[in-house]
Amino acid sequence: MEDKIGVFICTGYGIGEALDVDALCEVATGEYNVPFCKTVESCEGAALEAINQDIQSENLTKVVIAGISPRRYADTAFPPDVIVEKVGLREQVVWCLPPNDEDTQMAAEDNLRMYLARIEKMKPLVPFQPEEELSRDLLVVGGGIAGMTAALEAAAAGYGVTLVEKSDRLGGWLAKQHKSIPTKPPYRDLEETGIDALVSDVEANPLIQVFTSAFTAETAGAPGLFDVTIASSGNGKPEGDVLETVRVGSIIQATGWRPNDPRPSLPFGDLEDVILNVDLEAMVKEQGKITRPSDGKEAKSVAFLQCGGCTDKEHHSYCSSICCMTSLKQALYVRDGGDDAKAYVFYEFMKTPGKYEDFYRTAQADEGIFLTRGDVTEVVKNGSGLTVTAKDTMLGEEIQVTVDLVVLAAGMIPNAADGEIIRALEDAKINIEDGDSEAKREAAAETIEKYSHHEGTQILNLQYRQGPDLPTLEYGFPDSHFICFPYESRRTGIYPTGAARQPTDGKGSREDATGAALKAIQCVEMTWRGEAVHPRAGDTSYPDFFMQRCTKCKRCTEECPFGTLNEDKEGTPLLQATRCRRCGICMGACPERIISFNDYSVETVGEMIKAVNVPEEWDEKPRVLVLACENDAFPALDLLGQHGLEGSPWIRVIPVRCLGSTNFVWITQAMSAGFDGVILLGCKYGDDYQCHYVKGSELASVREKNVREKLEQMAMDTERVELHQLQIDEYDKLPKIFKDFADLIDDIGYNPFKGM
Amino acid sequence: MNPDASPILVIGGGIAGMTSAVEIAEVGFPVVLVEREAYLGGRVMRSHKYFPKMCPPSCGFEINARRIRSNPRITVHTLSTVEEITGKAGEFRARIKTKPRYVTGEASLDDSLTEQLTSERPDEFNLGMGTTKALYYPHDAAFPALHVLDREGLSDSDAATLTQSAPPGAIDLDMGETEKWIDVGAVIVATGWRPYDATKLENLAFGESENVITNVMMERLAAPGGPTGGKILRRSDGEAPKKVAFVQCAGSRDENHLPYCSAVCCMASLKQARYLREQYEDVEITVFYIDIRTISRLENFYYDLLEDDKISFVKGKVAGINEAPTAGNLILDVEDTIAGEKPEAEFDMVILATGVVPETADSPIPFDLEMDEYGFLDGATDVEGVYAAGCAKHPCDVSRATKESTAAALKAIQCVKRG
Repeated sequence: MEDKIGVFICTGYGIGEALDVDALCEVATGEYNVPFCKTVESCEGAALEAINQDIQSENLTKVVIAGISPRRYADTAFPPDVIVEKVGLREQVVWCLPPNDEDTQMAAEDNLRMYLARIEKMKPLVPFQPEEELSRDLLVVGGGIAGMTAALEAAAAGYGVTLVEKSDRLGGWLAKQHKSIPTKPPYRDLEETGIDALVSDVEANPLIQVFTSAFTAETAGAPGLFDVTIASSGNGKPEGDVLETVRVGSIIQATGWRPNDPRPSLPFGDLEDVILNVDLEAMVKEQGKITRPSDGKEAKSVAFLQCGGCTDKEHHSYCSSICCMTSLKQALYVRDGGDDAKAYVFYEFMKTPGKYEDFYRTAQADEGIFLTRGDVTEVVKNGSGLTVTAKDTMLGEEIQVTVDLVVLAAGMIPNAADGEIIRALEDAKINIEDGDSEAKREAAAETIEKYSHHEGTQILNLQYRQGPDLPTLEYGFPDSHFICFPYESRRTGIYPTGAARQPTDGKGSREDATGAALKAIQCVEMTWRGEAVHPRAGDTSYPDFFMQRCTKCKRCTEECPFGTLNEDKEGTPLLQATRCRRCGICMGACPERIISFNDYSVETVGEMIKAVNVPEEWDEKPRVLVLACENDAFPALDLLGQHGLEGSPWIRVIPVRCLGSTNFVWITQAMSAGFDGVILLGCKYGDDYQCHYVKGSELASVREKNVREKLEQMAMDTERVELHQLQIDEYDKLPKIFKDFADLIDDIGYNPFKGM
Repeated sequence: MNPDASPILVIGGGIAGMTSAVEIAEVGFPVVLVEREAYLGGRVMRSHKYFPKMCPPSCGFEINARRIRSNPRITVHTLSTVEEITGKAGEFRARIKTKPRYVTGEASLDDSLTEQLTSERPDEFNLGMGTTKALYYPHDAAFPALHVLDREGLSDSDAATLTQSAPPGAIDLDMGETEKWIDVGAVIVATGWRPYDATKLENLAFGESENVITNVMMERLAAPGGPTGGKILRRSDGEAPKKVAFVQCAGSRDENHLPYCSAVCCMASLKQARYLREQYEDVEITVFYIDIRTISRLENFYYDLLEDDKISFVKGKVAGINEAPTAGNLILDVEDTIAGEKPEAEFDMVILATGVVPETADSPIPFDLEMDEYGFLDGATDVEGVYAAGCAKHPCDVSRATKESTAAALKAIQCVKRG
């Protein structure tokens, strides 16, 4: 069907008073030959219904509404098969520029031109549907409390689960516990762990298939289409024997933790009667009492050293969040030894958050439990016992106690592999053999030395170009470090949970695993519908690669933050569409410009750039292209208007899905079109990054440096392109950014190519 | 996947409730989200920044608002409360009362109209610090993006102005309260928290000295949309603070007030110490604490502040605050329990780290649910089909609230799937 474009120009909200609306209509009908153009007094409520009636009666297939910000509409407000673009004249023109002014009018008209040019190139969206049938089943890796919970909760919603546990039984650390810390009101007393019932629930559930003594030898594919090879991890069968291959839709990684044994770094670490909290727990579970390893004698007095007995931050740079409660619990075990039994707990801070405070009270109320802040300076053998010295206590300068046993609160290390590092290690090994320069071979040797301890740590064995496991953050947790969206990992459809994701207690693990199960279920459902998952949830666009022109440069396969693309031996990108988050970072990376979405492409943005009427130099009206992240910088531009601050009549704004999707041909296009400069507005990057695609704005900043080189080649001033990290609430910084840039153009002069 | 299933009712449109709603809807189930205020976002919208990333809450909110706008399965009722719930899992009925907004959304309003009004009302978004006109836009990120009219705060002359000058159909002064019953399959309680009433802390001078403020007030003072445009100033004289004290556990971990730990105040105060240090090069800060509870990877945030020689930490519970001879200054009664002595303790601004009280403690859900001794609904409630999330369940920070509300979303889906 032939496209029929319609334009609605809103005169309400002061737009009609500030702008020459007839001239705007003339842009649509005259310059763009739009067959239908109408002015409306409002574009909300009943007025919007009237617009929809016109859309239907006029059989419009594409519609541009120039009025309020695109952020003010529900996507569902329009007929589903019509492409609608909204031009925010109110916020970004009328509210921040002087009314009835030539430059304001030019800004409004250019905005309309840009969206008319863009909509002409937009194609309807067709959700991605692979030829193979998508699976709705889940894989859970790890059979501890988090993994078992995830499996049971997913099954309770009707989803089939394959559960893989590397040891020979389910239960993980919970199965090794004697008692549990309180998990429910009134949070005062120890509880049974309930592990046996939980394990039998899992084993009896018809929707859950359990593999113990097994591991994921290979995980190929993508959400909806993961093919997982489950192999034996020993225990009777030859290691590596394939037990089963399953197809699943999404994956939950609940691989738990291991204790961080601080003893090698402690001066008293080699004393026999200095043990770890996990060892004490096992001891009580097995023999029902606490004894000394050195002589087997019952330990009547026990000192607990929190934070592993370390007082320097090097050794406990994160808090394991559970050790305080564990030591209080174990102090109560000690007290089960009789009235004369005594427990001493030395801590820096007693961390019993929330209602665990009531559990702390239980311990405080026990006369045989001594709790004090204190830095342990020494533990020495004293006859058959150990003397613990602590300073800076609340009981005076320095105190000493002699005890039968010292228990170190060992922290948690995540059982997670860093896929990115393992990949770097693999690459380095190849470079050591095939590196084409001495420098390359040296760098490779350095990498191998630095990362060799990651060798053989693989867990998921993903068949991903970017490595066999999830990338990790600081301390090795495969987390996103997002506050608002805690389940976002950098591998679509794979959700880390429990203590593998962050230090957490059993109750926290259960909650976390239940949430992870929801996300895994949601992923298979959205994949089934051909939709993107967070943050572009529901987007049915996906990237299309024009492969004939691909030069196999690998930029897209390396730069996608989500590892969407695999590559063959020659380096050809192989799209795994259901992994895609639709950020467009691959599109920004591609030097051949062969990657596009139906509604967002190098072409749609390029046409917007070309649509701007750039005045001649003697008009003394500079033009500055602003590429703004649609999640944060673009709303900030709206807020600028909302607060009535002064905008710039020189800027022309194009929202981008992520600043990382900026293809730098847009900058050369802008320069060729006569723009005097380009401002890139992206999110904060670095350790506390705010980019919703993790790496997008950072990649843009790297590419910005390359573009400066390109500008030099064009004999342009490199200052003509600048990148700012802008938070959504930093709208008040925009006037200065724009003014400084205008001053700069004044200084260095207009684009020398203007008008050529 | 189940468009015909009964919708899930989510009570409370703060960060927890919004999260539950979008997570449910994106799986494929219908949701009804009921929020008491005129806008979504709840208490987090009043925060200047989130710890530990020091990022604005409106950043994540923008994404959530877009997820709601683009999802036909979510119905939002603002200015609404759930008055009654009957039935059982899979077949609850809920009576929803909606207060009039008086603003129709049919035509847009802007500042030129509000500027013509004269009557002012306390700005509750800024915790009563400052006022707004009776017709006001709640805050920058307001969703729905509509003005609200405070009918009681509207003078007769302003009412006449509105009748005369408002765009036709924009305002309906005769709009009334509405009520309706809806069928729902499951209920998520995400009613959140309110700050502990600092006037109950009789020895801490709140309400006596303007320079003793609470941590939630501090968030507004630091926020660009706050009463001082984001500049942290003494309330008494508008001067920049030079010596600031943070009083931890102001009410929390106290048998006479809130026996539990409120779980977020340590990080909140450390974050606010950073607000101050970012604004003032010379401001000196002392944090008085019982324990610094920076859990998990938040520990680093504390270590970073230890490097700052303008910030000191003193282990000691503040027993009293008294006005100093120097106008507006305050003297703290506190003992350093490690040094075993009373430090010199005159400050020109004091921030009380007041704790978290569940809304359900005073405004219970109209359904027979068992609460714990403090008024929290602890997770899976004793009634099948009703689940709690976020601070309705226990004191928690945003990242824990969001993961729990994601978990509650699955529990509710299981319930409606069972039918």
